[in-house]
Amino acid sequence: MRPLRVFIADDEAPARERLKALLDDIAAEVPNVLAGEAASGLQALERLPDSGADVLLLDIQMPGIAGLELARHVAALERAPALIFVTAHDRHAVEAFELNALDYLLKPVRAVRLAAALRKAVATGPASAERLARAAGAAREFFSVAARNRITLVPVSEVLYLKAGQKYVTLRTRAGEHLLEESLVQLEREFAGRFVRIHRNCLVARAAIRGFERASCGEEGEPHWEVVLEGVPERLPVSRRQWQAVRALAGGQTHG
Amino acid sequence: MVSIRQKLRTDGLPDFRNLGVIARTLLGVHALVFAIVLAAHPDLAQAVQAFVRAAALLEPALVASLCLLAAATPWLRRLPYGGGFAAALALAGAAAAASHALLGEAAPAGLARTLAYALAAAALVLAYLRLRERAFSPALAEARLAALQSRIRPHFLFNSLNTVLALMRRDPRRAEQALEDLAELFRALMSDARTLVPLAEEVALAERYAAIEQLRLGERLRLAWDLDAAPMDALLPPLVLQPVLENAVHHGIEPSAGPGEVSVRIERRGDRVRATVENTHLPASGAEAPRPGNRIALENIRERLALYFDAEARLETRAEAGRFCVEIDIPYRSQAA
Repeated sequence: MRPLRVFIADDEAPARERLKALLDDIAAEVPNVLAGEAASGLQALERLPDSGADVLLLDIQMPGIAGLELARHVAALERAPALIFVTAHDRHAVEAFELNALDYLLKPVRAVRLAAALRKAVATGPASAERLARAAGAAREFFSVAARNRITLVPVSEVLYLKAGQKYVTLRTRAGEHLLEESLVQLEREFAGRFVRIHRNCLVARAAIRGFERASCGEEGEPHWEVVLEGVPERLPVSRRQWQAVRALAGGQTHG
Repeated sequence: MVSIRQKLRTDGLPDFRNLGVIARTLLGVHALVFAIVLAAHPDLAQAVQAFVRAAALLEPALVASLCLLAAATPWLRRLPYGGGFAAALALAGAAAAASHALLGEAAPAGLARTLAYALAAAALVLAYLRLRERAFSPALAEARLAALQSRIRPHFLFNSLNTVLALMRRDPRRAEQALEDLAELFRALMSDARTLVPLAEEVALAERYAAIEQLRLGERLRLAWDLDAAPMDALLPPLVLQPVLENAVHHGIEPSAGPGEVSVRIERRGDRVRATVENTHLPASGAEAPRPGNRIALENIRERLALYFDAEARLETRAEAGRFCVEIDIPYRSQAA
Protein backbone atom coordinates (compact mmCIF):
# COMPACT_ATOMS: atom_id res chain seq x y z
CA MET A 1 0.00 0.00 0.00
CA ARG A 2 1.23 3.48 -0.93
CA PRO A 3 2.02 5.54 2.18
CA LEU A 4 -0.52 8.21 3.01
CA ARG A 5 0.63 11.74 2.17
CA VAL A 6 -0.23 13.99 5.11
CA PHE A 7 -0.14 17.80 5.10
CA ILE A 8 -0.04 19.71 8.42
CA ALA A 9 -1.44 23.24 8.74
CA ASP A 10 -1.01 24.83 12.17
CA ASP A 11 0.26 28.27 13.14
CA GLU A 12 2.13 27.00 16.20
CA ALA A 13 5.50 25.38 15.56
CA PRO A 14 5.35 23.07 18.62
CA ALA A 15 1.93 21.83 17.55
CA ARG A 16 3.24 20.92 14.10
CA GLU A 17 6.24 19.24 15.69
CA ARG A 18 3.98 17.19 17.93
CA LEU A 19 1.83 16.00 15.02
CA LYS A 20 4.96 15.02 13.08
CA ALA A 21 6.22 13.00 16.04
CA LEU A 22 2.87 11.24 16.32
CA LEU A 23 2.77 10.49 12.59
CA ASP A 24 6.20 8.89 13.00
CA ASP A 25 4.92 6.82 15.90
CA ILE A 26 2.00 5.38 13.98
CA ALA A 27 3.95 4.86 10.73
CA ALA A 28 4.02 1.09 11.24
CA GLU A 29 0.28 0.96 11.71
CA VAL A 30 -0.75 3.60 9.14
CA PRO A 31 2.11 4.07 6.66
CA ASN A 32 2.47 7.78 6.01
CA VAL A 33 4.84 10.47 4.77
CA LEU A 34 4.79 14.21 5.37
CA ALA A 35 3.54 15.93 2.22
CA GLY A 36 4.17 19.42 3.54
CA GLU A 37 3.36 21.88 6.28
CA ALA A 38 2.10 25.43 6.59
CA ALA A 39 2.00 28.02 9.38
CA SER A 40 -1.02 29.94 8.09
CA GLY A 41 -4.13 29.40 6.05
CA LEU A 42 -2.85 31.33 3.06
CA GLN A 43 0.43 29.41 3.12
CA ALA A 44 -1.55 26.17 3.20
CA LEU A 45 -3.52 27.17 0.10
CA GLU A 46 -0.30 28.08 -1.65
CA ARG A 47 1.50 24.84 -0.89
CA LEU A 48 -1.28 22.28 -0.91
CA PRO A 49 -1.89 21.93 -4.67
CA ASP A 50 1.69 20.82 -5.43
CA SER A 51 2.08 18.67 -2.35
CA GLY A 52 -0.08 15.83 -3.59
CA ALA A 53 -1.50 15.49 -0.09
CA ASP A 54 -4.12 12.82 0.59
CA VAL A 55 -5.02 14.15 4.02
CA LEU A 56 -4.91 17.66 5.49
CA LEU A 57 -4.59 18.07 9.27
CA LEU A 58 -6.03 21.55 9.70
CA ASP A 59 -5.95 23.69 12.83
CA ILE A 60 -9.35 25.34 13.06
CA GLN A 61 -8.12 28.66 14.48
CA MET A 62 -5.31 30.11 12.47
CA PRO A 63 -4.58 33.75 11.76
CA GLY A 64 -5.70 35.36 8.52
CA ILE A 65 -8.50 33.10 7.41
CA ALA A 66 -10.97 31.06 9.44
CA GLY A 67 -10.32 27.31 9.42
CA LEU A 68 -13.75 26.37 8.15
CA GLU A 69 -13.59 28.85 5.30
CA LEU A 70 -10.12 27.61 4.39
CA ALA A 71 -11.57 24.09 4.28
CA ARG A 72 -14.18 25.22 1.75
CA HIS A 73 -11.52 26.60 -0.56
CA VAL A 74 -9.45 23.45 -0.16
CA ALA A 75 -12.46 21.36 -1.05
CA ALA A 76 -12.70 23.27 -4.33
CA LEU A 77 -9.26 21.97 -5.42
CA GLU A 78 -9.12 19.56 -8.32
CA ARG A 79 -7.42 16.93 -6.16
CA ALA A 80 -8.84 17.87 -2.80
CA PRO A 81 -7.35 16.08 0.22
CA ALA A 82 -9.47 14.50 2.93
CA LEU A 83 -9.86 16.87 5.90
CA ILE A 84 -9.27 16.36 9.60
CA PHE A 85 -9.77 19.40 11.80
CA VAL A 86 -7.59 19.83 14.87
CA THR A 87 -8.58 22.14 17.72
CA ALA A 88 -7.64 22.97 21.28
CA HIS A 89 -11.16 24.07 22.05
CA ASP A 90 -13.41 22.01 24.22
CA ARG A 91 -16.41 20.13 22.96
CA HIS A 92 -18.69 23.03 23.66
CA ALA A 93 -16.68 25.34 21.42
CA VAL A 94 -16.48 22.63 18.77
CA GLU A 95 -20.25 22.63 18.66
CA ALA A 96 -20.16 26.38 18.17
CA PHE A 97 -17.90 25.84 15.15
CA GLU A 98 -20.50 23.45 13.71
CA LEU A 99 -17.79 20.85 13.36
CA ASN A 100 -19.96 18.08 14.70
CA ALA A 101 -20.74 16.78 11.27
CA LEU A 102 -17.06 16.72 10.31
CA ASP A 103 -14.05 14.83 11.58
CA TYR A 104 -12.01 16.56 14.19
CA LEU A 105 -9.30 15.82 16.76
CA LEU A 106 -8.90 17.57 20.08
CA LYS A 107 -5.48 18.91 21.14
CA PRO A 108 -3.46 17.42 22.69
CA VAL A 109 -3.91 14.72 20.08
CA ARG A 110 -3.40 11.06 21.01
CA ALA A 111 -1.64 8.65 18.66
CA VAL A 112 -4.50 6.13 18.60
CA ARG A 113 -7.05 8.81 17.75
CA LEU A 114 -4.83 10.19 15.01
CA ALA A 115 -4.42 6.71 13.49
CA ALA A 116 -8.17 6.10 13.61
CA ALA A 117 -8.94 9.49 12.07
CA LEU A 118 -6.46 8.91 9.24
CA ARG A 119 -7.95 5.50 8.44
CA LYS A 120 -11.45 6.94 8.44
CA ALA A 121 -10.43 9.91 6.29
CA VAL A 122 -8.97 7.60 3.67
CA ALA A 123 -12.17 5.56 3.66
CA THR A 124 -14.54 8.52 3.30
CA GLY A 125 -12.41 10.67 0.97
CA PRO A 126 -12.49 14.44 0.65
CA ALA A 127 -15.30 16.38 2.27
CA SER A 128 -17.71 17.82 -0.24
CA ALA A 129 -17.84 21.57 -0.68
CA GLU A 130 -21.60 21.59 -0.08
CA ARG A 131 -21.28 19.79 3.22
CA LEU A 132 -18.65 22.29 4.35
CA ALA A 133 -20.78 25.19 3.19
CA ARG A 134 -23.67 23.86 5.26
CA ALA A 135 -21.42 23.49 8.30
CA ALA A 136 -19.98 26.98 7.88
CA GLY A 137 -23.32 28.76 8.02
CA ALA A 138 -21.74 32.20 7.76
CA ALA A 139 -20.83 33.94 4.54
CA ARG A 140 -17.29 33.58 3.25
CA GLU A 141 -14.76 36.38 3.39
CA PHE A 142 -13.00 35.29 0.22
CA PHE A 143 -13.99 33.92 -3.16
CA SER A 144 -11.69 31.20 -4.37
CA VAL A 145 -10.87 31.26 -8.01
CA ALA A 146 -9.55 27.91 -9.16
CA ALA A 147 -7.33 27.78 -12.21
CA ARG A 148 -5.17 24.81 -13.20
CA ASN A 149 -5.32 23.31 -9.71
CA ARG A 150 -4.22 26.63 -8.18
CA ILE A 151 -6.29 28.67 -5.86
CA THR A 152 -6.43 32.44 -5.87
CA LEU A 153 -8.34 34.14 -3.07
CA VAL A 154 -10.24 37.31 -3.81
CA PRO A 155 -11.54 39.15 -0.70
CA VAL A 156 -15.30 39.53 -0.93
CA SER A 157 -14.86 43.16 0.12
CA GLU A 158 -12.97 43.93 -3.12
CA VAL A 159 -15.70 42.65 -5.40
CA LEU A 160 -17.68 45.35 -7.24
CA TYR A 161 -20.18 43.16 -9.03
CA LEU A 162 -21.01 39.58 -10.02
CA LYS A 163 -22.45 38.95 -13.46
CA ALA A 164 -23.80 35.64 -14.65
CA GLY A 165 -22.77 34.45 -18.09
CA GLN A 166 -23.53 31.28 -20.00
CA LYS A 167 -21.64 28.91 -17.74
CA TYR A 168 -19.73 30.98 -15.20
CA VAL A 169 -20.23 33.99 -13.01
CA THR A 170 -17.86 36.85 -13.77
CA LEU A 171 -16.45 38.52 -10.68
CA ARG A 172 -15.27 42.10 -11.18
CA THR A 173 -12.78 43.86 -8.91
CA ARG A 174 -11.05 47.14 -9.52
CA ALA A 175 -8.01 45.16 -10.65
CA GLY A 176 -9.69 42.77 -13.06
CA GLU A 177 -12.06 39.92 -13.69
CA HIS A 178 -12.25 36.30 -12.53
CA LEU A 179 -14.57 33.43 -13.30
CA LEU A 180 -16.49 31.62 -10.56
CA GLU A 181 -18.12 28.24 -10.88
CA GLU A 182 -21.06 29.10 -8.67
CA SER A 183 -24.67 29.99 -9.19
CA LEU A 184 -25.81 33.58 -8.90
CA VAL A 185 -28.86 32.52 -6.87
CA GLN A 186 -26.68 30.87 -4.22
CA LEU A 187 -24.31 33.84 -4.15
CA GLU A 188 -27.24 36.18 -3.68
CA ARG A 189 -28.46 34.13 -0.73
CA GLU A 190 -25.03 33.84 0.92
CA PHE A 191 -24.17 37.54 0.60
CA ALA A 192 -27.64 39.01 0.98
CA GLY A 193 -26.41 41.95 3.10
CA ARG A 194 -23.53 42.90 0.85
CA PHE A 195 -24.85 42.60 -2.70
CA VAL A 196 -28.05 43.77 -4.27
CA ARG A 197 -29.64 42.29 -7.39
CA ILE A 198 -30.06 44.90 -10.12
CA HIS A 199 -30.86 42.59 -12.99
CA ARG A 200 -31.73 38.97 -13.69
CA ASN A 201 -28.02 38.30 -14.31
CA CYS A 202 -26.26 40.77 -12.03
CA LEU A 203 -25.48 41.42 -8.33
CA VAL A 204 -23.80 44.70 -7.35
CA ALA A 205 -21.90 45.44 -4.12
CA ARG A 206 -23.92 48.06 -2.28
CA ALA A 207 -20.78 49.84 -1.12
CA ALA A 208 -19.56 50.21 -4.70
CA ILE A 209 -22.65 52.04 -5.97
CA ARG A 210 -21.84 55.69 -6.65
CA GLY A 211 -25.11 56.66 -8.23
CA PHE A 212 -27.56 56.12 -11.05
CA GLU A 213 -27.87 57.61 -14.47
CA ARG A 214 -30.68 57.62 -16.97
CA ALA A 215 -29.71 55.93 -20.22
CA SER A 216 -31.89 57.13 -23.05
CA CYS A 217 -31.53 54.11 -25.21
CA GLY A 218 -29.58 51.03 -24.25
CA GLU A 219 -29.35 47.65 -25.85
CA GLU A 220 -32.92 46.95 -24.92
CA GLY A 221 -34.01 49.89 -26.97
CA GLU A 222 -36.02 51.66 -24.27
CA PRO A 223 -35.00 54.19 -21.60
CA HIS A 224 -33.75 52.65 -18.36
CA TRP A 225 -31.51 53.37 -15.36
CA GLU A 226 -27.87 52.43 -15.10
CA VAL A 227 -25.69 51.94 -12.02
CA VAL A 228 -22.54 54.06 -11.86
CA LEU A 229 -19.79 52.26 -9.97
CA GLU A 230 -16.87 53.36 -7.86
CA GLY A 231 -13.54 52.88 -9.59
CA VAL A 232 -14.57 51.27 -12.89
CA PRO A 233 -15.91 52.95 -16.03
CA GLU A 234 -18.57 50.45 -17.08
CA ARG A 235 -22.26 51.05 -16.35
CA LEU A 236 -24.67 48.28 -15.47
CA PRO A 237 -28.30 48.33 -16.54
CA VAL A 238 -30.97 48.06 -13.88
CA SER A 239 -33.97 46.04 -14.91
CA ARG A 240 -37.47 47.48 -14.69
CA ARG A 241 -38.42 44.84 -12.13
CA GLN A 242 -35.52 45.61 -9.75
CA TRP A 243 -35.55 49.41 -10.08
CA GLN A 244 -37.86 50.16 -7.12
CA ALA A 245 -35.95 47.90 -4.74
CA VAL A 246 -32.54 49.14 -5.89
CA ARG A 247 -33.50 52.79 -5.59
CA ALA A 248 -34.89 52.22 -2.09
CA LEU A 249 -31.64 50.59 -0.99
CA ALA A 250 -29.46 53.27 -2.51
CA GLY A 251 -31.43 55.98 -0.72
CA GLY A 252 -32.32 58.02 -3.81
CA GLN A 253 -28.79 59.19 -4.65
CA THR A 254 -29.70 59.61 -8.31
CA HIS A 255 -28.44 62.18 -10.72
CA GLY A 256 -28.98 62.56 -14.44
CA MET B 1 -1.01 39.12 54.66
CA VAL B 2 -3.74 41.62 54.05
CA SER B 3 -7.01 39.96 53.30
CA ILE B 4 -10.18 41.11 51.63
CA ARG B 5 -11.89 39.83 54.77
CA GLN B 6 -10.44 42.80 56.54
CA LYS B 7 -11.94 45.14 54.00
CA LEU B 8 -15.27 43.42 53.91
CA ARG B 9 -15.76 42.68 57.58
CA THR B 10 -19.09 43.88 58.89
CA ASP B 11 -18.10 44.49 62.50
CA GLY B 12 -16.59 47.94 61.91
CA LEU B 13 -17.49 51.36 60.59
CA PRO B 14 -17.19 52.04 56.88
CA ASP B 15 -13.87 53.40 55.59
CA PHE B 16 -14.51 57.13 55.18
CA ARG B 17 -11.32 57.51 53.15
CA ASN B 18 -12.96 55.48 50.43
CA LEU B 19 -14.33 57.50 47.52
CA GLY B 20 -17.39 55.28 47.22
CA VAL B 21 -18.32 55.80 50.87
CA ILE B 22 -17.73 59.56 50.59
CA ALA B 23 -19.88 59.83 47.47
CA ARG B 24 -22.68 57.79 49.01
CA THR B 25 -22.63 59.93 52.15
CA LEU B 26 -22.76 63.21 50.21
CA LEU B 27 -25.57 61.96 47.97
CA GLY B 28 -27.47 60.44 50.87
CA VAL B 29 -27.46 63.59 53.01
CA HIS B 30 -28.46 65.80 50.08
CA ALA B 31 -31.27 63.46 49.13
CA LEU B 32 -32.47 63.53 52.73
CA VAL B 33 -32.49 67.34 52.84
CA PHE B 34 -34.26 67.53 49.51
CA ALA B 35 -36.94 65.11 50.68
CA ILE B 36 -37.57 67.21 53.80
CA VAL B 37 -37.67 70.48 51.85
CA LEU B 38 -40.01 68.93 49.30
CA ALA B 39 -42.37 67.84 52.06
CA ALA B 40 -42.45 71.39 53.47
CA HIS B 41 -43.00 73.19 50.13
CA PRO B 42 -45.76 71.90 47.87
CA ASP B 43 -44.50 74.02 44.96
CA LEU B 44 -41.51 72.46 43.16
CA ALA B 45 -39.81 75.75 42.16
CA GLN B 46 -40.01 76.99 45.75
CA ALA B 47 -38.75 73.66 47.01
CA VAL B 48 -35.71 73.83 44.73
CA GLN B 49 -34.90 77.36 45.94
CA ALA B 50 -35.28 76.31 49.54
CA PHE B 51 -33.08 73.29 48.87
CA VAL B 52 -30.31 75.49 47.43
CA ARG B 53 -30.48 77.76 50.53
CA ALA B 54 -30.47 74.78 52.87
CA ALA B 55 -27.61 73.13 50.99
CA ALA B 56 -25.46 76.27 51.25
CA LEU B 57 -25.88 76.21 55.01
CA LEU B 58 -25.42 72.46 55.18
CA GLU B 59 -22.21 72.17 53.13
CA PRO B 60 -19.66 73.44 55.72
CA ALA B 61 -20.94 71.06 58.39
CA LEU B 62 -21.11 68.11 56.00
CA VAL B 63 -17.66 68.61 54.53
CA ALA B 64 -16.17 69.18 57.99
CA SER B 65 -17.83 65.96 59.25
CA LEU B 66 -16.42 63.98 56.32
CA CYS B 67 -12.94 65.38 56.87
CA LEU B 68 -13.06 64.50 60.56
CA LEU B 69 -14.41 61.04 59.83
CA ALA B 70 -11.79 60.38 57.16
CA ALA B 71 -9.02 61.46 59.51
CA ALA B 72 -10.41 59.38 62.35
CA THR B 73 -11.19 56.30 60.27
CA PRO B 74 -8.13 54.21 61.30
CA TRP B 75 -9.01 54.79 64.92
CA LEU B 76 -12.80 54.43 64.46
CA ARG B 77 -12.44 51.11 62.71
CA ARG B 78 -10.58 49.62 65.63
CA LEU B 79 -13.55 50.25 67.92
CA PRO B 80 -16.43 47.78 68.23
CA TYR B 81 -19.36 48.84 66.06
CA GLY B 82 -21.43 50.43 68.89
CA GLY B 83 -18.50 52.53 70.12
CA GLY B 84 -17.51 53.52 66.59
CA PHE B 85 -21.10 54.49 65.80
CA ALA B 86 -21.28 56.75 68.89
CA ALA B 87 -17.87 58.29 68.12
CA ALA B 88 -18.87 58.99 64.52
CA LEU B 89 -22.10 60.64 65.70
CA ALA B 90 -20.09 62.74 68.15
CA LEU B 91 -17.76 63.86 65.33
CA ALA B 92 -20.67 64.81 63.11
CA GLY B 93 -22.28 66.68 66.02
CA ALA B 94 -19.03 68.55 66.73
CA ALA B 95 -18.73 69.58 63.08
CA ALA B 96 -22.35 70.80 63.09
CA ALA B 97 -21.81 72.77 66.30
CA ALA B 98 -18.65 74.39 64.92
CA SER B 99 -20.42 75.31 61.70
CA HIS B 100 -23.33 76.73 63.71
CA ALA B 101 -20.97 78.90 65.71
CA LEU B 102 -19.24 80.11 62.53
CA LEU B 103 -22.50 80.98 60.80
CA GLY B 104 -23.54 83.06 63.82
CA GLU B 105 -26.53 85.24 62.87
CA ALA B 106 -26.99 83.43 59.55
CA ALA B 107 -27.69 80.13 61.29
CA PRO B 108 -31.18 78.96 60.32
CA ALA B 109 -32.03 77.28 63.61
CA GLY B 110 -30.97 77.14 67.22
CA LEU B 111 -27.99 75.04 68.34
CA ALA B 112 -30.16 72.28 69.78
CA ARG B 113 -32.14 71.83 66.58
CA THR B 114 -29.01 71.98 64.41
CA LEU B 115 -27.44 69.27 66.56
CA ALA B 116 -30.57 67.14 66.39
CA TYR B 117 -30.64 67.39 62.57
CA ALA B 118 -26.95 66.57 62.28
CA LEU B 119 -27.17 63.57 64.59
CA ALA B 120 -30.27 62.22 62.85
CA ALA B 121 -28.69 62.61 59.40
CA ALA B 122 -25.45 60.98 60.56
CA ALA B 123 -27.31 58.06 62.15
CA LEU B 124 -29.37 57.51 59.00
CA VAL B 125 -26.28 57.57 56.74
CA LEU B 126 -24.40 55.16 59.00
CA ALA B 127 -27.40 52.83 59.10
CA TYR B 128 -27.66 52.95 55.30
CA LEU B 129 -23.96 52.23 54.82
CA ARG B 130 -24.17 49.33 57.25
CA LEU B 131 -27.19 47.88 55.49
CA ARG B 132 -25.41 48.21 52.19
CA GLU B 133 -22.32 46.47 53.52
CA ARG B 134 -24.50 43.66 54.84
CA ALA B 135 -26.16 43.27 51.47
CA PHE B 136 -22.73 42.79 49.89
CA SER B 137 -21.68 40.48 52.67
CA PRO B 138 -18.21 38.92 52.64
CA ALA B 139 -19.62 35.47 51.98
CA LEU B 140 -21.38 36.76 48.89
CA ALA B 141 -18.41 38.82 47.75
CA GLU B 142 -16.05 35.89 48.29
CA ALA B 143 -18.28 33.57 46.31
CA ARG B 144 -18.41 36.09 43.47
CA LEU B 145 -14.65 36.54 43.61
CA ALA B 146 -14.04 32.82 43.48
CA ALA B 147 -16.39 32.46 40.54
CA LEU B 148 -14.74 35.35 38.73
CA GLN B 149 -11.24 34.13 39.37
CA SER B 150 -11.58 30.56 38.19
CA ARG B 151 -12.28 31.53 34.62
CA ILE B 152 -9.33 30.64 32.48
CA ARG B 153 -9.60 29.87 28.83
CA PRO B 154 -9.64 26.07 28.47
CA HIS B 155 -8.11 26.69 25.08
CA PHE B 156 -5.01 28.07 26.85
CA LEU B 157 -4.58 24.97 29.01
CA PHE B 158 -4.86 22.54 26.11
CA ASN B 159 -2.59 24.53 23.84
CA SER B 160 0.00 24.73 26.64
CA LEU B 161 -0.16 21.00 27.29
CA ASN B 162 0.21 20.42 23.59
CA THR B 163 3.32 22.61 23.56
CA VAL B 164 4.81 20.72 26.48
CA LEU B 165 4.10 17.38 24.77
CA ALA B 166 5.88 18.62 21.68
CA LEU B 167 8.94 19.68 23.70
CA MET B 168 9.09 16.43 25.65
CA ARG B 169 11.28 14.51 23.20
CA ARG B 170 13.42 17.27 21.72
CA ASP B 171 14.05 19.38 24.79
CA PRO B 172 13.03 17.64 28.02
CA ARG B 173 14.54 20.41 30.15
CA ARG B 174 12.37 23.10 28.61
CA ALA B 175 9.39 20.82 28.84
CA GLU B 176 10.08 20.49 32.56
CA GLN B 177 10.34 24.23 32.91
CA ALA B 178 7.10 24.79 31.04
CA LEU B 179 5.29 22.31 33.28
CA GLU B 180 6.67 24.09 36.35
CA ASP B 181 5.40 27.40 34.99
CA LEU B 182 2.04 25.88 34.27
CA ALA B 183 1.86 24.46 37.80
CA GLU B 184 2.57 27.89 39.29
CA LEU B 185 -0.14 29.44 37.17
CA PHE B 186 -2.70 26.91 38.24
CA ARG B 187 -1.67 27.19 41.86
CA ALA B 188 -2.46 30.90 41.64
CA LEU B 189 -5.71 30.21 39.84
CA MET B 190 -6.88 27.86 42.53
CA SER B 191 -5.54 29.92 45.42
CA ASP B 192 -7.46 31.91 47.98
CA ALA B 193 -9.17 34.69 46.07
CA ARG B 194 -9.39 36.96 49.10
CA THR B 195 -5.71 37.43 49.78
CA LEU B 196 -4.05 40.52 48.37
CA VAL B 197 -0.62 39.79 46.93
CA PRO B 198 2.45 41.96 46.42
CA LEU B 199 3.06 43.23 42.90
CA ALA B 200 6.32 41.25 42.73
CA GLU B 201 4.30 38.04 42.90
CA GLU B 202 1.86 39.19 40.23
CA VAL B 203 4.72 40.15 37.93
CA ALA B 204 6.44 36.78 38.47
CA LEU B 205 3.19 35.03 37.62
CA ALA B 206 2.70 37.11 34.48
CA GLU B 207 6.27 36.27 33.44
CA ARG B 208 5.59 32.56 33.90
CA TYR B 209 2.54 32.89 31.72
CA ALA B 210 4.54 34.81 29.12
CA ALA B 211 7.23 32.11 29.09
CA ILE B 212 4.64 29.48 28.17
CA GLU B 213 3.15 31.62 25.43
CA GLN B 214 6.62 32.41 24.10
CA LEU B 215 7.28 28.69 23.58
CA ARG B 216 4.02 28.31 21.75
CA LEU B 217 4.07 31.44 19.61
CA GLY B 218 7.83 31.86 19.17
CA GLU B 219 8.83 34.83 17.02
CA ARG B 220 5.27 36.06 16.75
CA LEU B 221 5.19 37.24 20.36
CA ARG B 222 7.46 40.16 21.24
CA LEU B 223 7.23 41.23 24.84
CA ALA B 224 8.57 44.43 26.34
CA TRP B 225 8.56 44.88 30.12
CA ASP B 226 9.02 48.28 31.68
CA LEU B 227 9.13 47.72 35.42
CA ASP B 228 11.85 50.17 36.50
CA ALA B 229 9.38 52.41 38.32
CA ALA B 230 7.14 49.57 39.52
CA PRO B 231 6.47 49.51 43.27
CA MET B 232 7.09 45.81 43.86
CA ASP B 233 5.68 45.96 47.38
CA ALA B 234 2.30 47.36 46.30
CA LEU B 235 -0.62 45.10 47.18
CA LEU B 236 -3.19 44.11 44.62
CA PRO B 237 -5.77 41.40 44.08
CA PRO B 238 -4.28 38.21 42.64
CA LEU B 239 -4.53 37.51 38.93
CA VAL B 240 -5.14 41.03 37.70
CA LEU B 241 -2.06 41.42 35.53
CA GLN B 242 -1.91 37.94 33.99
CA PRO B 243 -5.44 37.96 32.53
CA VAL B 244 -4.84 41.39 30.95
CA LEU B 245 -1.65 40.02 29.41
CA GLU B 246 -3.51 36.90 28.26
CA ASN B 247 -6.14 39.13 26.74
CA ALA B 248 -3.48 41.08 24.85
CA VAL B 249 -1.90 37.88 23.49
CA HIS B 250 -5.25 36.36 22.59
CA HIS B 251 -6.58 39.38 20.72
CA GLY B 252 -3.39 41.05 19.57
CA ILE B 253 -0.96 38.27 18.71
CA GLU B 254 -2.85 35.06 17.97
CA PRO B 255 -5.07 36.41 15.16
CA SER B 256 -2.07 37.75 13.27
CA ALA B 257 0.33 35.62 11.22
CA GLY B 258 3.14 38.15 11.52
CA PRO B 259 4.94 39.23 14.68
CA GLY B 260 3.24 41.56 17.12
CA GLU B 261 4.30 43.39 20.24
CA VAL B 262 2.89 43.42 23.76
CA SER B 263 4.29 45.93 26.21
CA VAL B 264 3.74 46.03 29.97
CA ARG B 265 4.53 49.14 31.98
CA ILE B 266 3.91 49.47 35.70
CA GLU B 267 4.70 52.59 37.67
CA ARG B 268 3.86 54.37 40.87
CA ARG B 269 2.44 57.87 40.66
CA GLY B 270 2.09 59.35 44.11
CA ASP B 271 -0.38 57.20 45.97
CA ARG B 272 -1.56 55.43 42.82
CA VAL B 273 -0.23 52.43 40.95
CA ARG B 274 -0.75 52.35 37.21
CA ALA B 275 -0.34 49.31 35.00
CA THR B 276 -0.54 49.71 31.23
CA VAL B 277 -0.69 46.76 28.87
CA GLU B 278 -0.56 47.57 25.18
CA ASN B 279 -0.69 45.33 22.18
CA THR B 280 -0.46 45.84 18.47
CA HIS B 281 -3.93 45.47 17.20
CA LEU B 282 -5.10 44.63 13.74
CA PRO B 283 -7.60 46.90 12.09
CA ALA B 284 -10.97 45.17 11.87
CA SER B 285 -10.64 44.26 8.21
CA GLY B 286 -13.13 41.47 7.86
CA ALA B 287 -10.64 38.64 7.54
CA GLU B 288 -8.82 39.57 10.70
CA ALA B 289 -11.63 41.02 12.75
CA PRO B 290 -11.10 41.21 16.51
CA ARG B 291 -12.29 38.13 18.31
CA PRO B 292 -15.31 38.24 20.56
CA GLY B 293 -14.91 37.85 24.28
CA ASN B 294 -12.53 40.74 24.80
CA ARG B 295 -15.06 42.67 26.80
CA ILE B 296 -15.98 39.70 29.01
CA ALA B 297 -12.41 39.14 30.23
CA LEU B 298 -11.87 42.82 30.99
CA GLU B 299 -15.31 43.18 32.57
CA ASN B 300 -14.38 40.31 34.87
CA ILE B 301 -11.24 42.12 36.05
CA ARG B 302 -13.10 45.39 36.42
CA GLU B 303 -15.69 43.70 38.62
CA ARG B 304 -13.01 42.13 40.80
CA LEU B 305 -11.21 45.45 41.19
CA ALA B 306 -14.53 46.99 42.28
CA LEU B 307 -14.99 44.27 44.90
CA TYR B 308 -11.59 45.08 46.38
CA PHE B 309 -11.30 48.81 45.89
CA ASP B 310 -14.90 49.99 45.38
CA ALA B 311 -14.84 53.25 43.41
CA GLU B 312 -11.11 53.80 43.85
CA ALA B 313 -9.92 51.49 41.08
CA ARG B 314 -10.16 52.25 37.40
CA LEU B 315 -9.82 50.05 34.33
CA GLU B 316 -9.87 51.80 31.00
CA THR B 317 -9.36 50.66 27.46
CA ARG B 318 -8.28 52.64 24.43
CA ALA B 319 -8.15 51.52 20.83
CA GLU B 320 -6.05 53.78 18.66
CA ALA B 321 -4.10 53.57 15.41
CA GLY B 322 -3.24 49.89 15.41
CA ARG B 323 -2.81 49.60 19.16
CA PHE B 324 -5.08 48.42 21.94
CA CYS B 325 -4.33 49.62 25.43
CA VAL B 326 -5.64 48.54 28.83
CA GLU B 327 -4.89 50.80 31.77
CA ILE B 328 -5.44 49.80 35.38
CA ASP B 329 -5.18 52.40 38.08
CA ILE B 330 -5.41 51.36 41.74
CA PRO B 331 -4.52 53.01 45.05
CA TYR B 332 -1.02 52.29 46.28
CA ARG B 333 -1.09 50.20 49.41
CA SER B 334 2.02 48.50 50.60
CA GLN B 335 2.54 45.60 52.95
CA ALA B 336 4.18 47.89 55.48
CA ALA B 337 1.20 50.24 55.79
